[in-house]
Amino acid sequence: MQLKSDIRKFIVENFLYGKDDGLDDEVSFLGKGLIDSTGVLELLAFVEEKYGISVVDEELIPENFDSINRLSNYISRKTVDQ
Amino acid sequence: MCGIAGVFNLYGDREIQKETLRRMVAILRHRGPDGYGFYIDKRIGLGHARLSIIDLEGGWQPIHNEDKTIWITFNGEIFNYRELRVDLLSKGHEFYTKSDTEVIVHLYEDHGVDCLNYLNGQFAFAIWDRNIERLFIARDRVGIRPLFYTFIDGSIIFASEIKALFTDKRVKREIDPLALDQIFTFWTTILPRTSFRGIFELPAGHYLLIESGNWKIKQYWDLDFTPDTNVKTDAEYAEDLRELLIDSTKLQLRADVPVGAYLSGGIDSSVITTLIKKYTDTPLRTFSVTFSDEAYDESDYQKQLIKYLNTDHSNIKCTYSDIGKVFPEVIWHTEKPILRTAPAPLYLLSKLVRENGYKVVLTGEGSDEVLAGYDIFKETKVRRFLEKYPDSKLRPLILKRLYPYLVNSPVRSLQYAEAFFKVDTTDYPAQYYSHIPRWVTTEKTKIFFSTKLKEELRGYKNVDELSLFLPDDLWKYDYLSQAQYIEAKTLLPGYILSSQGDRVAMAHSIEGRFPFLDHRVIEFCCKLPPHIRMNALKEKYILKESMKDLIPPSIIKRIKQPYMAPDSKSFLYGESLHYIEELLSEKYLRDTEYFDPRAVSMLIKKSRQSPILGFKDNMAIVGIISTLLLHHTFVENFDTESKEAVERVIENKEYAVKV
Repeated sequence: MQLKSDIRKFIVENFLYGKDDGLDDEVSFLGKGLIDSTGVLELLAFVEEKYGISVVDEELIPENFDSINRLSNYISRKTVDQ
Repeated sequence: MCGIAGVFNLYGDREIQKETLRRMVAILRHRGPDGYGFYIDKRIGLGHARLSIIDLEGGWQPIHNEDKTIWITFNGEIFNYRELRVDLLSKGHEFYTKSDTEVIVHLYEDHGVDCLNYLNGQFAFAIWDRNIERLFIARDRVGIRPLFYTFIDGSIIFASEIKALFTDKRVKREIDPLALDQIFTFWTTILPRTSFRGIFELPAGHYLLIESGNWKIKQYWDLDFTPDTNVKTDAEYAEDLRELLIDSTKLQLRADVPVGAYLSGGIDSSVITTLIKKYTDTPLRTFSVTFSDEAYDESDYQKQLIKYLNTDHSNIKCTYSDIGKVFPEVIWHTEKPILRTAPAPLYLLSKLVRENGYKVVLTGEGSDEVLAGYDIFKETKVRRFLEKYPDSKLRPLILKRLYPYLVNSPVRSLQYAEAFFKVDTTDYPAQYYSHIPRWVTTEKTKIFFSTKLKEELRGYKNVDELSLFLPDDLWKYDYLSQAQYIEAKTLLPGYILSSQGDRVAMAHSIEGRFPFLDHRVIEFCCKLPPHIRMNALKEKYILKESMKDLIPPSIIKRIKQPYMAPDSKSFLYGESLHYIEELLSEKYLRDTEYFDPRAVSMLIKKSRQSPILGFKDNMAIVGIISTLLLHHTFVENFDTESKEAVERVIENKEYAVKV
């Protein structure tokens, strides 16, 4: 699926600097230590810019952002809503 | 303030060439451009590059005792030298100069190595005692002045800066992989390790003694956070602190040249400048850095204070490219990789001070360490609270009080903020609790290490080396004191007072002085009950209490903003810097073998494109560039002959004391 592969590409390039060591769709970014406090905001900027979504603070939570699957579900939901 | 150098043959007499010492001091001439002196005896040679501040006519070094059996080369200031001199005169000592240096020689005659306990100052020195053939090298209590050494062919060579050791061709110039591992975790090496293999740094509060074929390093002072049993009221503590700071500021204004002060707009430099203005006759002359990027700029607060104190002020405005352009010079002086560019603006500031004819400045450095000002102390308290009270309704409120000054605050999302503050500390000794988040974050920059470097580091645990350096009984202190102790033993000497302190100031022959680091102030603050240093989440509580009627409320109440400078933007925005293109090229990265070229290229691409860049990426970029500069400058292109420099020393007021 294009959405998931785009997210994966973003994560690998920006948080793993090209080192894709088998990043599973379910893996928690927090748990794997991939994302720090600014990383979340980088992810947020990516989502807002690439998919034209505006994320409200209440939605900026691990439940929506903390794995490839969660993020792709969130983006899908939001793009349908809009 | 000066540069010192020396060679000592460990196994008996062997002639020391003056040329050797001359090369060493020549390369330190930025530390002491006013004149040069040497002492050479059968197995020892001492060199000195002088910046004249006290006893301008008479204070040439090396200096000796009455019968010329004890010789010293000294870098620094002894602030209580007048009182010590009176005392020594009354005991029958004869002085031939009016310098603070000579005081140490006579104190040593009376007390031996215990002379250190009498000194109030910032220093590094070497004493040669001919009577018992003893070499005694010492450094001040907190590490304000530097001292490096190495052993080669039966000699110990020592100097204020590593580059002086490198003027001896036999000394190898290799970056130590373990040092990189430490710096990309702790921001500093763990002493005595330095960035270079086989080169050592004498730790703060220690001395090195060589006699009768033996050598030893001993600690003579340490921070002691054992609380005072005599508890006082807040008002009494505030009054005591104020008195002490007035006295240390007065003492540190002693000089035979005019003294200026840095003014950042924060509370610490406000305290120092205000005390100078209100309690001394010294004309207040101040200097500051401002930034064209508003995120870092503190001009508004600086202006308030300039107006309030009516000070004669100069400032330098820093742009991104200003920092990028001078960065190679900064690394020539730091002699170690750094993870932030913050030393660069201070390098430009010391230049401004010099251009205005000043040699000495007082600054507010040290206050955050001794009076608990840094965010890391607050963060520690918050993390402990969150762990203890998982259901408290105060959690969101407390989280919001952290990092309000950051444009991209990590607490924008509370759920995420909670996740970030929940750091797994199980792999570390419990007494490092406060610093683990910082180290874990910083350590992520090691993802850019090359396969070769990672291979060299396989099995190495830097925290084990740290545990050998730090005492293993920190648990005896309260949590805040534990955190302050670690900060004062690692980041303070290893970065704040060196890369961001001595080295960038002395680069332009400027001596920094730090009234908050008068050992009497430190000892007083360490003994305060922890809630007096940090009250709830109010940092530097007692300092603010003690100054509230002296300093404008807007400064007292302002939210602390740590001093920072633009990092990656300084290299990657605007006009391209030729050295950056070269250092970050795939070829150079591959040839030098420290970093993974592909990962670095992705990081650079990201930095150029991404609107937001986090601490980790910024630290990685500055760390990578500074490591490569260190390699380029010291490993690849170092001129051991430094002929030009030596000629300048000879032409320029060479003062041979005894050869």
